[in-house]
Amino acid sequence: MSAILNDETKKVLITPLVNDNPITLQVLGICSALAVTSQMSTSLIMALALTLVTACSSAAISAIRNHIPSSIRIIVQMTIIASLVIVVDQILKAFAYDVSKQLSVFVGLIITNCIVMGRAEGYAMKNPPLESFMDGIGNGLGYSLILVIVAFFREILGSGKLLGIEVFKLVKDGGWYDPNGLMLLPPSAFFIIGLIIWGMRQWKPSQAEKVEFKIMSIAHGEGGHH
Amino acid sequence: MENYISLFVKAVFIENLALSFFLGMCTFIAVSKKISTAMGLGIAVMVVQAITVPANNIVYHALLKEDALSWIGITGVDLSFLALLSCIGMIAALVQILEMILDKFFPALYHALGVFLPLITVNCAILGGSLFMIERDYNFGESVTYGVGSGLGWALAITVMAGVREKLKYSDIPAGLQGLGITFITAGLMSLGFMAFSGIQL
Repeated sequence: MSAILNDETKKVLITPLVNDNPITLQVLGICSALAVTSQMSTSLIMALALTLVTACSSAAISAIRNHIPSSIRIIVQMTIIASLVIVVDQILKAFAYDVSKQLSVFVGLIITNCIVMGRAEGYAMKNPPLESFMDGIGNGLGYSLILVIVAFFREILGSGKLLGIEVFKLVKDGGWYDPNGLMLLPPSAFFIIGLIIWGMRQWKPSQAEKVEFKIMSIAHGEGGHH
Repeated sequence: MENYISLFVKAVFIENLALSFFLGMCTFIAVSKKISTAMGLGIAVMVVQAITVPANNIVYHALLKEDALSWIGITGVDLSFLALLSCIGMIAALVQILEMILDKFFPALYHALGVFLPLITVNCAILGGSLFMIERDYNFGESVTYGVGSGLGWALAITVMAGVREKLKYSDIPAGLQGLGITFITAGLMSLGFMAFSGIQL
């Protein structure tokens, strides 16, 4: 195992988690990330599906990278990704029908998820299959991390449950927790992502964006009347 | 007729692709810095959506759906698992054709929208629209309405977002929240606003 996990592999596996997270830093792949996060179970399945597709498509594309003419490479990548997504979709329909109904169109939308395309185009086209596979797993996990954090807050605050198991006893069942209905609605996902990004950038200030307009502080008396 | 109006309002406001299904978020965040560019992209999305959803509807009903091939005498074939592949292929092809037509016949429009068209092929909102059309089993008329409505809703959302962001850059925001963070929170507030339309039945 230690022979496989050399420094390069470890780097491509670990950096996408925090230092170069595809969602918070590169703003990739949030499209399908948020709609499934009102429950922990659907987000875990979604995260697993995306990680598998990213890893396998990166490996497959990287294996044939020297044979793809560059003018049609996008179509080739798209076809490989779409085929893998169809496989994942069919597996879900066969073995986890209820979950696949809940995920509705969002499994299909993995095709246009920018993380998958981004890794195929940005990493797999230049690197050997094994590293590309690891890079796919790493980026998939970076995405999964954010997805699971958002789902954790939405499910526990919105319905007092985690993975369907009751954590906070609800008021209507004689408990103490009054569920926050907003957490089950789409806006909450935006707020949580925004706060995660804020936290992340406070922790690692190098990730913060430069301000376009610096606001001058005006000393008292100079600012005139407003 | 009422059915179509109701579907249209639902597609534009209540089930807004960007704000309640989070579709096309990558471009929604990346291209909403200036109103003029945002509007250009919004119009491009609307045009492409209005063409691809009905086109995919025809392909799905004529070729892929269960027993759809009975018109050429093949029965008992269900190709609906190919819908993903055919939708994305159809979108890529149509965008390419649209680009060529605009370039040839409407150069002015091509200069305004041309740069956005390649972006649109991988925009989740476009594929999402087609997949929703399949999942909800719309007929042709409904698919036209849904295509135009959902495209308009997305265009509206990104234009409003750009308007807010143009003003927002003059405000004093904590360093870590600058840029992406505050954009998400603004999108959340806008999403709250659009949620106010839910429950309206026509």
